[in-house]
Amino acid sequence: MDGRPPAGGADAGAPRTGSPLEYAPAPESRAQVVLEPGYEPFIDGEFAPAKTGEYLTTWNPATGEPLAEVAVCGEADVDRAVAAARRAYETVWRDMPGAERGKYLFRIARIIQERSREIAVLETLDNGKPIKETRDADVPLAAAHFFYHAGWADKLAYAGLGRDPRPVGVCAQVVPWNFPLLMLAWKIAPALAAGNTAVLKPAETTPLSALLFAEICREADLPPGVVNIVTGAGETGRLLVGHPGADKVAFTGSTGVGRGIARAVAGTGKRLTLELGGKGANIVYDDAAVDQAVEGVVTGIFFNQGHVCCAGSRLLLQESIAEEFLDRLRDRVSLLRLGDPLDKNTDIGAINSAAQLERIRELAAAGEAEGAEAWTAPCALPERGNWFPPTVFTGVTQAHRIAREEIFGPVLSVLTFRTPDEAVAKANNTPYGLSAGVWTEKGSRMLWTAQRLRAGVVWSNTFNEFDPASPFGGYKESGYGREGGRHGLEAYLG
Amino acid sequence: MQQTAIAEAPASNRALRDFLHGLPGVDEVGVAKRAAGLATRSVKTTAKAAAIDLAVRMVDLTTLEGADTPGKVRALAAKARRPDPADPSAPPVAAVCVYSDLVATAVQALRGSGVAVASVATAFPAGRAPLEAKLADTRRAVADGAAEIDMVIDRGAFLAGDYLKVDEEIRAVKEACGAAHLKVILETGELATLDNVRRASWLAIRAGADFIKTSTGKVSPAATPQTVLVMLQAVREHRDRTGALVGVKPAGGIRTTKDAVRNLVMVNEIAGPEWLDPALFRIGASSLLNDLLMQRTRLGTGTYPGPDYFTID
Amino acid sequence: MAEKKAEKKRAGKAADQGAPTGPAPAAGARRERPRQGGAPRERVAVRKTHKLYIGGAFPRSESGRSYSVASADGAHLANAALASRKDARDAVAAARKAFGGWSGRTAYNRGQILYRVAEMMEGRRAQFAAETAAAGGARRPEAEAEVSAAIDRWVYYAGWTDKVAQVVGGANPVSGPYHNHSVPEPTGVVAVLAPQDAPLLGLVSVLAPVIATGNTAVLVAAERAPLPAVALAEALATSDLPGGVVNLLTGRTAELAPHLAAHADVNALDLAGAGDLAAELEEAAADTLKRVLRPQQAPDWSADPGLSRITPFLETKTVWHPVGL
Repeated sequence: MDGRPPAGGADAGAPRTGSPLEYAPAPESRAQVVLEPGYEPFIDGEFAPAKTGEYLTTWNPATGEPLAEVAVCGEADVDRAVAAARRAYETVWRDMPGAERGKYLFRIARIIQERSREIAVLETLDNGKPIKETRDADVPLAAAHFFYHAGWADKLAYAGLGRDPRPVGVCAQVVPWNFPLLMLAWKIAPALAAGNTAVLKPAETTPLSALLFAEICREADLPPGVVNIVTGAGETGRLLVGHPGADKVAFTGSTGVGRGIARAVAGTGKRLTLELGGKGANIVYDDAAVDQAVEGVVTGIFFNQGHVCCAGSRLLLQESIAEEFLDRLRDRVSLLRLGDPLDKNTDIGAINSAAQLERIRELAAAGEAEGAEAWTAPCALPERGNWFPPTVFTGVTQAHRIAREEIFGPVLSVLTFRTPDEAVAKANNTPYGLSAGVWTEKGSRMLWTAQRLRAGVVWSNTFNEFDPASPFGGYKESGYGREGGRHGLEAYLG
Repeated sequence: MQQTAIAEAPASNRALRDFLHGLPGVDEVGVAKRAAGLATRSVKTTAKAAAIDLAVRMVDLTTLEGADTPGKVRALAAKARRPDPADPSAPPVAAVCVYSDLVATAVQALRGSGVAVASVATAFPAGRAPLEAKLADTRRAVADGAAEIDMVIDRGAFLAGDYLKVDEEIRAVKEACGAAHLKVILETGELATLDNVRRASWLAIRAGADFIKTSTGKVSPAATPQTVLVMLQAVREHRDRTGALVGVKPAGGIRTTKDAVRNLVMVNEIAGPEWLDPALFRIGASSLLNDLLMQRTRLGTGTYPGPDYFTID
Repeated sequence: MAEKKAEKKRAGKAADQGAPTGPAPAAGARRERPRQGGAPRERVAVRKTHKLYIGGAFPRSESGRSYSVASADGAHLANAALASRKDARDAVAAARKAFGGWSGRTAYNRGQILYRVAEMMEGRRAQFAAETAAAGGARRPEAEAEVSAAIDRWVYYAGWTDKVAQVVGGANPVSGPYHNHSVPEPTGVVAVLAPQDAPLLGLVSVLAPVIATGNTAVLVAAERAPLPAVALAEALATSDLPGGVVNLLTGRTAELAPHLAAHADVNALDLAGAGDLAAELEEAAADTLKRVLRPQQAPDWSADPGLSRITPFLETKTVWHPVGL
């Protein structure tokens, strides 16, 4: 609870839209976060200046204010990081008893829990996503991921991957900007549990939580070199995944970049897992629990501004209920609160970068040009920062670009179907295959549909659920390999 | 104010059953997730002050004990008129809710206050009595001046699939109410599933309920967020279909300001802002009122007050 | 009763006399010598009452009885509650009451709580080491090592809570249009007779795997060395573990175990500390077809236990569902 009511009078700052319960601004305090003016990479347990002497600026996408300068790592820095990881692997981490390795990961999980507020605020500042999501999803899931994998460290022989599974070595890991810390956890936790060491590059636009994580590794007394964080943009990533000293490459990001990595890794003998783009179909049958289906469709596409590779970006509606469903859907979307990501009541935050906003705008324009009908939630956009309103396209056909290309933004494409066969055919009619949703009250129909969907994760009567115990990953051009659960260990064991 | 739209009496139990079972299903996990999401809404400062006063104005201040006496009812009425003697700006509550034999006492004690008298009737809380007794109970309360009647449905008949019996009882009680408003208590804790809550809500609305109410307060669980959410969805959908507005009253288990504010958030985002009115949303409670007053004082003074500074009646 | 009194008298005398030259005092009997200030005076230590742990509370035995617990070299350490048949009955009732809630928690949550037990024990290392040393006659470094192993064992089982289902359960490829999968579920209330020879590591080794998967436990402590078990109960009580998940009885194994073995509301029996009673208890358990884990020959409590103590207290549930339109 905050202190006294503001001095400025009863209605200070509260916009009025006619509800007797207009939520007053409820901003989360920034006080827990202390930003340095500049950040250096974390190599061999130390933050030391990058050899390049170059820096990039990371911005708050909700306000356009610069947050910090972050080093751009070059070849010498990546060399040093990979060498440190190799040394740590060979001298301390690989041969440490699993139970002891596990205790370091438990420590990390606990520190993430202890510093959750600080991490959530930092992540929201750097990424633009709402504080309620960093607070309730990103940070607790990241902690849970370390906790879960900590327990595997001394149980690898039970993972069904051989009696005496061995680590792979040095892992080169590149993560995206949409869930910066959570994607880091998905990469580092299983790698370390299995006895590998890691060099991780966070995204160019969201490096700060990874650097805070480096500090957490120090606080946990993790041996130097076990985790190394190299910052930078695409070139740094290329240097890292192409480094001859890396035994394994793990990448989460766009399918385009993933293809390039697969080409670069070809013939080198390195292990590779890729978690790439998607164009998830959310199939709503006419017998679905309508209100919850509406809710799930909203979660599916508007969670994290739609910056989710497994987003339910295509809604496949049974034609017999389409009209009524869309009415309810638009009513619900109209309630979404877009604005200050630090406000605890914000549902839709900022678009992470100007470049991403440009891409969303371009595809939305293509949707209209190709004849689909756009509906946009009636919400005012802040003047500064990168914003895109929740948008629903109806009258979309399989031929439209907005039905085929990943938009990675708060834009839903609605198509209809008549029969279950047609629903499945349309859902699978994409080069992607990451996620899908099925909404029906009939269990056998749900399983029938799930069985036929060519997607790595199928949610039924829910969407965008994640758990460290549950494997995640795609079919087809959504990548290969799984993260999470027993299955996710395979990528990190020889 | 609401206009009730009583549906035509169903032709048969079969017809009513087909309608109720044709309603879309309710997914319990999804409802719980939505309710939990709304529970994270942060209502602070000015919004909190407005919410607290609104909640006070929505309270049906209730005493429903075997040990109730005229003295107890008069004390409650005094509290209802002026909840915080130390702060005249605290609004009065919506109604006082008593057993039917104490309606006359309550009416006398509340005369001229604007606070309504509500009476539970129809063999509250179990509802296990012949229809004639239930109607007599209702008529007596109305004759003594009750402006609102809180009836219970026959949960046994509902669970046995005899929806028509439930429907006919509500219609008969509605008729006995005359001008008095009818709140129909579903006793959701005994209906067990949210599918049943949705069906019972629709059944009651179509049979003439002005309000649908969760619970008697005598059965646990009472007004859970999930239950209230499903009932709010039912009245909203009914409005979308017919244009008529039916009220919702959670009762039982709402004890703190936080609980009350969470309910108001659900009203705001599930049913819609027009339900944020004592004519369409009530909270059946007793201990809640003092917690609201304490929070109200804290917002005004910035310090935490103690319970001894608020009157107990 | 008479025998107990005599025993207590003897031991009591030894403890009363033994300030500088007596046996190593247990934690509760520690004496402190304050700084010089007039005549040297020893502070009188506040001793702990050793109670049962039932339903989250620490009652004395309903019988009002206690028995003298002696160190390895025979000195009186403390009086422990001498639990009765009725205490055992209460413990079973508490365990049953807690079962629904505990087994209904997420595996992740149970893991967090088991890890919290390890954290609580780590904070009380000195106490555990002193009591373990006093109980078993071990030297301090050995006792320290036993405490470390016991703490790590909680961590080990904390890690199993959310993994066991993936390791022992899974999808079954049946021939037909059916979705079919099997999941492990806890069997219910498990009566655990703690090993007599390893008062802390053995105790944790038999208890943690039972509760990790969602069972609740009635634990009979090692008869002659129950004090580490009481200390463990005190750690459990501050670990967010719901009351009733673990219920501790101290007393005579031979008095308590037959009632637990025959009790119709007990689902399984771990006979680790049963000794010569094992066969008889197994027979009593047969009437209600309890799952019985027989005692191992010469168990090595420091070895990696794997799933050996988890699966005996699990049921497998298989679910079929049609796949079709």
